[in-house]
Amino acid sequence: MNLTQKTKERIDAKRMINDRWRQSKWLEPLVYDLGSPGERGIIAVELEEEIRNVVGDPLDLLPKEILRKTPPHLPEVGQPRLMKHYVRLSQELTCEDNTTMFPLGTCTMKYNPKSHERIAETPRFTELHPRQDEKTVQGILEIMYKFQDYLKAISGFSSVSLQPACGSQGVFTNMRIIRSYQEDKGFGMDKKDEIITTVFSHPSNPATPAMSGYKVITLYPDETGFPSVEKFKAAISERTAGMIIGCPDDTGIYNPNIMEITKAVHDAGGLCILDSANANGYFGWARAKEAGFDMTHWNLHKSFSTPHGGAGPGAGPIAVREDLAKYLPTPKINFDGERYYWDYNLPSSVGVVRPFFGNTGVILRAFAWVTSLGGEGLREVTQTAVLNNNYLRMLLEKIPGVQVAYETKDRLHEIRWNLNQVYAETGVNSFQMIARICDYGVGDTFPSHFPYIVENPITPEPTETYSKEEIEEYAAIVKRVVEECYETPEIVMTAPHNSAMPHVPWETMFDPTQIAPCRTVWLKLQKK
Amino acid sequence: MKKIGFIVNPLAGIGGSVALKGSDGEEIVERAFELGAVCKSPERAISALKKLQPLKDKIEIVTCPEEMGENEAKSCGFLPVVIGSSFQRRTQASDTIHFAKEMLARNVEMILFAGGDGTARDIYDAVGTELPVVGIPAGTKMHSGIYATSPEDAGELAFLYLSGKQLKVKELEVMDIDEEAFRRGVVKAKLYGYLKIPDAPNFTQGTKGGGHQADDQFYLKGIAERIVTEMEQDIFYLVGSGTTCRAIMEKMGLENTLLGVDVVLNKKLVMKDVTEHQLLELLEQGKQSKIIVTPIGGQGYIFGRGNQQLSSRVIRKVGIKNVLVIATPSKIQSLPQHRLHVDTGEKEVDSMLKGAVRVISALNEVAVLEIV
Repeated sequence: MNLTQKTKERIDAKRMINDRWRQSKWLEPLVYDLGSPGERGIIAVELEEEIRNVVGDPLDLLPKEILRKTPPHLPEVGQPRLMKHYVRLSQELTCEDNTTMFPLGTCTMKYNPKSHERIAETPRFTELHPRQDEKTVQGILEIMYKFQDYLKAISGFSSVSLQPACGSQGVFTNMRIIRSYQEDKGFGMDKKDEIITTVFSHPSNPATPAMSGYKVITLYPDETGFPSVEKFKAAISERTAGMIIGCPDDTGIYNPNIMEITKAVHDAGGLCILDSANANGYFGWARAKEAGFDMTHWNLHKSFSTPHGGAGPGAGPIAVREDLAKYLPTPKINFDGERYYWDYNLPSSVGVVRPFFGNTGVILRAFAWVTSLGGEGLREVTQTAVLNNNYLRMLLEKIPGVQVAYETKDRLHEIRWNLNQVYAETGVNSFQMIARICDYGVGDTFPSHFPYIVENPITPEPTETYSKEEIEEYAAIVKRVVEECYETPEIVMTAPHNSAMPHVPWETMFDPTQIAPCRTVWLKLQKK
Repeated sequence: MKKIGFIVNPLAGIGGSVALKGSDGEEIVERAFELGAVCKSPERAISALKKLQPLKDKIEIVTCPEEMGENEAKSCGFLPVVIGSSFQRRTQASDTIHFAKEMLARNVEMILFAGGDGTARDIYDAVGTELPVVGIPAGTKMHSGIYATSPEDAGELAFLYLSGKQLKVKELEVMDIDEEAFRRGVVKAKLYGYLKIPDAPNFTQGTKGGGHQADDQFYLKGIAERIVTEMEQDIFYLVGSGTTCRAIMEKMGLENTLLGVDVVLNKKLVMKDVTEHQLLELLEQGKQSKIIVTPIGGQGYIFGRGNQQLSSRVIRKVGIKNVLVIATPSKIQSLPQHRLHVDTGEKEVDSMLKGAVRVISALNEVAVLEIV
């Protein structure tokens, strides 16, 4: 594809870059440090005498042993100041997803349709309680049941559980299913104790088998960006209980040998899990089942457009092939032709991985998203996401020093880039560049999961959400920041300058002696 | 016509196969010869120089007398310009410095030299970053990143530069360790300076990573725990050099040689700091044996760098399948392109070792890397 002269001019034009962007920034203390003793936001009403005469002192109704000896240390702040406090905090954050591009790769940051928020906000949903009689919640049960059908169609598998509350819990549940399956086959940990993964797979992929008692075999990529079949074969043995990989993984590369690899694992008696966190690269175009996998999980808060950030809420449903359905978590939603109900009679189940039925608010939003798109719409999501990523690639490749990591040409939804040349020539590393990119009104760009085996990494993922103009703006900002590395490196090294968050030296982020996870620790650090 | 300087340190690497940890100093060289060591550096220099034969009519080789380059150049069919005349003594470090300076004065475009870390230091002392160089790996210790991955690659790299196909250069570290301290089991790596080399990362080995990070202790302990737990009875374990291998010996409470090979049987030390010859004699006993090695950080060599006692003949006797490779995750991540290398001196053994290999990286973790 050749860029037209007009497009080139637009990309180069400085007007594309928002020099004037400033995030609201307040030097706002913690709520505990506001107000003064005795100050109140709300004054509780005294109990009326008539009632008191009947019930006595309400405190007498509580067992003495659970009464506090000292009052709780709560903030004492008047209502106007409290209102200002939260307005200021929200000004630093509000609408970040709508006012800036958010190229946080591997997190698939996409637009969260506000109409779906409305659906999830309705009291018809929010007033439900998980302990209600099934007869009274047939509506939400129907939605959940039908959403399972969507996931079956998307993966090719016959059974689904919506219970896991996040991606890592989904991976963990699948790992427990492998363990139960192998034990039922007579392959306990004394016979099959190894799980294979790749170094570019998401961190939960090696962590959950380790939690489940397995040894983890990690494959490193070749110059192609993915491990050769030979490496997989060196890893596979009679001790292989299973394999978990992303395909594509965070390099955006689809392993072309995946069918041969899954077959080799099956031949050794292992099961194959596809980590579908990168589903934006193949929605509606490829399915886990046809690639030879036996189970998968999704991150609804990534691929399915439900909001995420700040650690939740998420949802990590799983899907498995027919003979593995008996291991799914309890309870399982079923339909007898007339009514939807929870089936607790699953003697082979791995058990409960989360109380009740999953993060239903997230599931409801994801259901609305898939329903609004339909099958063709989902295919279009992937088409647009891949097109956007490759358009961004074309723009970024023209910037000196910005290089695609690994040789494989075809990339799907994202690419891991390396900025080694810029670092070598200017001393500015990719984390400092990412912080500077934020100064132009763009959300955080993802560097890489650990370990950083691509040096000076950067992984933007434009998703289907962003327009051509927004992608061009992002590329122009990266170009500007690279130029700054050569012209005014100190500005980049001390970025961000325009965000609510100030510059935080990278090394302190990993120094437990400098991190305050709560106010008590913060106060101690202040005294030092 | 382009002029290229060519220097061979004929004594480089002579201490390696007889467990002397290096070849610096006259006394060590004499001791090596007494122990039956043979000069392999000239052979490796010839393998590199052969790659320049296509440029025979376009380049002029400026070299040193006799075994320091003249003999090797002539054996490859070149008619070199020789600086000075023959000397009736063993060559010394000062000879390398003298000839390199002379070559600089004669405006050579680059220097191709064969040696180890000591030779690299001498070249650095003589020419600094005045002109590009290519190192042919021929020493015992090669912590410096400037060396090509093999003699052939060194020749190829020089060819690319001289034929104008790879003109970009970069500076890489010249490192060496204190050999006296090294023989006492203490690694004191020091950065001496930088040399300019043609910029082609696939041809050069990279600089050895310096030691383990703090959290590596966790992984080191895990590796040691796993190896010791899985040790079988009546099998000789030939435990290689480096701090990763040392952790295994420490786990068993055994004395060990940081930069040598120790032999363990039934969790007891049976031989310490063995030579290749001693190993071959030991293996004649007919017992099964296993080799435990770790790659050099930042480079990835598991054989042929600092552990020449584990020669191709030893590896053949032990069997390729009985080679256990260990490395912490951070060491693996320090390896260029996460690859392992071998340079046993015998092409056939090198190719038998090549391919995917399991590397034990923690108590319950294994990485699969490729030996290239």
